[in-house]
Amino acid sequence: MLHIVNKSPFTTTSLESCLRVSKPGATILLIEDGVYGALDGSRVSDTVRAALADRTVCVLGVDAAARGIEGKVLDGIDVVDYDGFVDLVAANDGVQSWL
Amino acid sequence: MSEAGATKKFLYINRKAPYGTIYAWESLEVVLIGAAFEQDVSLLFMDDGVYQLIKGMDTKGIGMKNFSATYSALGDYDVNKIYVDQDALAERGLTLEDLQHLVWEDENEDWAEKDSIRLVSRDEIAGLLEEQDVIFNF
Repeated sequence: MLHIVNKSPFTTTSLESCLRVSKPGATILLIEDGVYGALDGSRVSDTVRAALADRTVCVLGVDAAARGIEGKVLDGIDVVDYDGFVDLVAANDGVQSWL
Repeated sequence: MSEAGATKKFLYINRKAPYGTIYAWESLEVVLIGAAFEQDVSLLFMDDGVYQLIKGMDTKGIGMKNFSATYSALGDYDVNKIYVDQDALAERGLTLEDLQHLVWEDENEDWAEKDSIRLVSRDEIAGLLEEQDVIFNF
């Protein structure tokens, strides 16, 4: 399953909830303000790093670049473009958007 | 500056990340309008608002206006008290070096260039709030 998070981890519990109930093997895509969840060294980065052990975490590169954080993304997170976003949707059986 | 009696202390509090919502951009617009009225203006960036000042933003890929360069113009409008919550920065894995270097020129000291950003503790923010005449929230 593909999980999409578009809110900052500091304003809503979307990322936290997503990480809590996503299964091993799932893919988590951070877009829009959700990309702040990919920032290394933050209060949530340990939780995100732990998820990387059994889940794939991706960040939409254009949203990270717009916010000036493309170079500060946690090691192990894949940076994808819009085509990569489409590929993720096509490759997964279901999509859960954590609004 | 205008006459002392007519000047009020204005504080603009910015607590939202840029681009995800319109708040950051709207705040800048209002700050620039307010600056024309020669009030004693301060800006405070706390919570996700600290993300607004990150340097090196490139919005080409999302088709939105990159308004981050506008922050560096604030000094020219005598907006040179820019407070940033240091704990909010730290929680987000950021330091002062990740932010734009905002400066202003002090006409009383032969236009010496000075830093506009001041990192503040939460105790200092509490004091800052108490001393304002008007507070705008974004």
